Amino acid sequence: MKWWKYLTIVLLLYTVVMGFLGHVPRLAILNETERNLYFHVPMWFGMTIILFVSVVNAIRYLRNPSPRLDILAHESVKTGVIFGVLGLMTGSLWARFAWGTWWTADVKLNGAAVTMLIYGAYLVLRGSVRDEQQRARLSAIYNIFAFSAAIPLLFIMPRLYDSLHPGMGGNPGFSKYDLDSSMRMVFYPAVIGWTLLGVWITEVSCRFAFVKEKIYEKQEKQLA
Amino acid sequence: MKSKKNNWLSRAVALLLPLLLLASAAFAQTSAAEPEMADALRASGKIYVVVLVLVIIVTGLLVYLIRLDGKVSRLEKEVGE
Repeated sequence: MKWWKYLTIVLLLYTVVMGFLGHVPRLAILNETERNLYFHVPMWFGMTIILFVSVVNAIRYLRNPSPRLDILAHESVKTGVIFGVLGLMTGSLWARFAWGTWWTADVKLNGAAVTMLIYGAYLVLRGSVRDEQQRARLSAIYNIFAFSAAIPLLFIMPRLYDSLHPGMGGNPGFSKYDLDSSMRMVFYPAVIGWTLLGVWITEVSCRFAFVKEKIYEKQEKQLA
Repeated sequence: MKSKKNNWLSRAVALLLPLLLLASAAFAQTSAAEPEMADALRASGKIYVVVLVLVIIVTGLLVYLIRLDGKVSRLEKEVGE
């Protein structure tokens, strides 16, 4: 097993233990729910990083087409969507107890939801094209569109308008509160740990897809 | 006439003063009280149960992923990747 997989295990276990036992500042309304910072926020960090990996591989595919690059881009999007959906669910639950509602027409929330829909459409688009090369090229081009729509939706638009979400529209981010650095000692390892978990899942699913590809190739050769 | 007015004023003050005191006491209380945290949970030591449960879940998921990783590795060897 590669070294970074051991690192993932250590960081995730550290996050789960220190996420509950570590010191957090006393804040009204949030109370203990601010520990969600170690679990909800890394989902979005992980998603963004994995989707960036995906779009890089999509561009690499367009420059130099190969089935491997297409698989890398596709499996990355799948992991990214899982992380994004988990982020939406945990965010909604947190909002219920911090803001008093499961969902509100907030720029940040709607931007995140639209991002998920855009990437959902990526998977639908892939499923609707039979020809492998056409599917790979179409989805690589769509991937570029999806990523360049997701970044403004998630990180630029919410800062331009009023938003309830921390770090957006004039609201202070959590960096204002965790200046005592005790939360940072858990938050940064949490981000790295959860992101590495996403990378790990993507790596395994990619390798599985590569093997599948290889077996199909062999079968086709046998038939021919 | 004057005494009657005085009487009315003193009654109003007598009625309002305790209310004001109560209100100020209430305000003082809300500002002095610290935000609620799970102190009792921590003090009773039961938070460790939750931590252990999560450690078990995360470990279980990681073991599953490690086994999946191993299976794919064996498959790769078989196919000659």
